[in-house]
Amino acid sequence: MPAISFQSVSKIYPSGRNGPLKALDGVSFDIREGEFFGLLGPNGAGKTTLISILAGLARPTSGRVTVRGHDVQADYAQARRQLGVVPQELVFDPFFNVREALRIQSGYFGVKNNEAWIDELLHSLGLADKADANMRQLSGGMKRRMLVAQALVHKPPVIVLDEPTAGVDVELRQTLWQFVARLNKEGSTVLLTTHYLEEAEALCGRIAMLKSGRVVALERTSELLKAASSNVLRFKMDSALPVEFEDKARVTGRIVQLPAHDAHEIERYLAIIRKAGLRVEDVEVRKADLEDVFLDVMAKHGEQVAV
Amino acid sequence: MTGWRTLLYKEVLRFWKVSFQTVAAPVLTAVLYMLIFGHVLQDRVKVYDQISYTAFLVPGLVMMSVLQNAFANSASSLVQSKIMGSLVFVLLTPLSHWSWFFAYVGSSIARGLLVGVGVFAVTAWFGQPSFNAPLWIVIFAVLGAGILGTLGVIAGLWAEKFDQMAAFQNFVIMPMTFLSGVFYSIHSLPAFWQGVSHLNPFFYMIDGFRYGFFGVSDVSPWLSLGIVGMVFLLVSALAVHLLRIGYKIRG
Repeated sequence: MPAISFQSVSKIYPSGRNGPLKALDGVSFDIREGEFFGLLGPNGAGKTTLISILAGLARPTSGRVTVRGHDVQADYAQARRQLGVVPQELVFDPFFNVREALRIQSGYFGVKNNEAWIDELLHSLGLADKADANMRQLSGGMKRRMLVAQALVHKPPVIVLDEPTAGVDVELRQTLWQFVARLNKEGSTVLLTTHYLEEAEALCGRIAMLKSGRVVALERTSELLKAASSNVLRFKMDSALPVEFEDKARVTGRIVQLPAHDAHEIERYLAIIRKAGLRVEDVEVRKADLEDVFLDVMAKHGEQVAV
Repeated sequence: MTGWRTLLYKEVLRFWKVSFQTVAAPVLTAVLYMLIFGHVLQDRVKVYDQISYTAFLVPGLVMMSVLQNAFANSASSLVQSKIMGSLVFVLLTPLSHWSWFFAYVGSSIARGLLVGVGVFAVTAWFGQPSFNAPLWIVIFAVLGAGILGTLGVIAGLWAEKFDQMAAFQNFVIMPMTFLSGVFYSIHSLPAFWQGVSHLNPFFYMIDGFRYGFFGVSDVSPWLSLGIVGMVFLLVSALAVHLLRIGYKIRG
């Protein structure tokens, strides 16, 4: 039985800016027990809508979602018991302190005498010294950790993280990933959406890419990386881009990056540069990463996207 | 404590932590009404024989405070957590629509009764009413708070902004409580307005409640009980339905 199963999930919002908005269009894929799964896509691709439907925060227009066999609508109580969802927005209840909020959250899920696990969560997420602090007194990063703790308080076998590291400092990202990786190793299934492609590359065994509400790639991370052009020629340049590079190059300020399949292609690029008499600096050839794959896949399915 | 009882506990804790605002302030408001109306009208208005106006006023003020605070509790809790986004912590749980209903309405009843006891303790000092039939007092206080707590749930689900909530409170709840006979017996009104008052369910809550103190009322307490009970069932059915479909809280 899959940990999560999306079956032809569609979601149409009746009142979009330009008439009805199709946020999800027949999304189907399964996530197996114990997987660390990445869900990637540009803004507005439908990632958060898909997660909202999974979590019961929104209803699909058609299709079905199950969590370990439990339908998220018909059998919502069982489905939600299996899920620990870290929401994207930095929300908190200002009336309570950290420990109170965690005790209350345990109670909602029917978990009694949860102090040992609450202490472990506080310790693992670096919140132990904030246990008695009111939620309002926590910094943004602390509130983010608290969201993780609240999601995990009932020891859910399936953990869903919706862009948990957006605007989070390096140290917290490390703490968070160590902890989540440990839970994954101990058997939890993890579904992660993120904008940081290097995070997805490092952590996720399998990846689905969404674009305009459709799945445009669904592959093991290693396969995705293999499928892309294997190398990238990268250099810095002040002058205008030669026309030959225009539809291939990714330009970030002075930095130009060109995907290359083999040494011949690199030589051809260098010849073009030489012929045009361009001055380039910091020339290097690196291996393609998930960002290259992502841009490649997105480009194949329509216009260019910003990362 | 687990399940809906946790949500009830959390909702009670929520208003208790700011009890200066949610309990003490309404008690002060009621005392001001008592001082001003009691002083101005004491020698001019006679509602029932043998009962002074201030004594008559006490149960009305108590019930008005019970009703307004029961409404404010569930309504403001829902609107606030919707706008702050913290409602997500409850939305993600396995709690059923019945759990939500019992917790939000239960905590509203708790706050209504607490404020009611506070208002009674202070205003009774001005004019002691008797306790003719205490069971009626309790029944009408609980049912009245239940109805208003339920209306608060409905309004809290419906309102997307604080000003929509305020509009509901100022244009529906306040007029209906003020025109229900808190400050007067509807028998003192012209026939037409008596008829209108009989269409206001709040009138029966206050009239039945007052019967518990004085043993006299404008209509039979049994009629009031029937109407108040029916209204409670109706608004509850609507609130539970809205919670079940996730009206304006699940997209």
